[in-house]
Amino acid sequence: MTQLAKKRPEFRNINALTDLPSYRLPAAGIVSILHRISGLIIFLLLPLLVWMFDTSVSSEISFAKFSAAFNVGLGFVPAVLVKVMVLGLIWAYLHHLIAGVRHVYMDVCHAVSKEFGKSSAVVTLVLSLGLTAALGAKLFGLY
Amino acid sequence: MSVNYGSKRVVVGAHYGLRDWLAQRVTGVLMVLFTLAVLGQVLLTSGEISYDKWAGIFSTQFMKALTFSVFIALAIHVWVGVRDIWMDYVKAVGLRLVLQVFTLVWLVSCLGWAIQVLWRL
Repeated sequence: MTQLAKKRPEFRNINALTDLPSYRLPAAGIVSILHRISGLIIFLLLPLLVWMFDTSVSSEISFAKFSAAFNVGLGFVPAVLVKVMVLGLIWAYLHHLIAGVRHVYMDVCHAVSKEFGKSSAVVTLVLSLGLTAALGAKLFGLY
Repeated sequence: MSVNYGSKRVVVGAHYGLRDWLAQRVTGVLMVLFTLAVLGQVLLTSGEISYDKWAGIFSTQFMKALTFSVFIALAIHVWVGVRDIWMDYVKAVGLRLVLQVFTLVWLVSCLGWAIQVLWRL
């Protein structure tokens, strides 16, 4: 950076309410913004994650408390809400991991073509949503 | 070319570009390997995962050391990522500072708790 860039033209005729919903975000763009959102979700739910680690490994009594959170709830929080939060974490983790692997693959293999960006983004979405559905069904006792 | 040193230096962003970019990837790969290591042991366990089996995964010295490294890696990874979010969307310097300090306190608190749990296993 040698000097601050020349003043660029600014366009302020985009209306957030009427224009943005009609803008099409490509698959790679969806993966990108979800990568950010999933990361933020994990960051905000980090205390829940550490709590689950704590109660599940510390002792048999705490392990029972951990299991109970999913069966009868945790304090005033009903079990179903615990499951929904954990499902959110599962999706966030899967999406973030798969999108992250996609990133590293692109960096290592210099795979930066537009086609690869699109196809790998679709694979990321299918894999993360599919695995989330499978694990979610298990979490809610569907099988 | 204009002067870009001393008091004329143009300081932009966090100006630790490459280091943080690389740290993000290295810590990410480490966490993927850790995930596979834990997942592998869970899947190789026969029968229901009882407390003994689950806690046993983390109680070997190797897994303790790896888990400890992963906690540190996670903290670094999250710091870079969440700081990027604040830098992208929050332009008011005062609010950004508050959010960054909150991020650090949140992260270090969780890290301390997680290490405490791990170390008394």
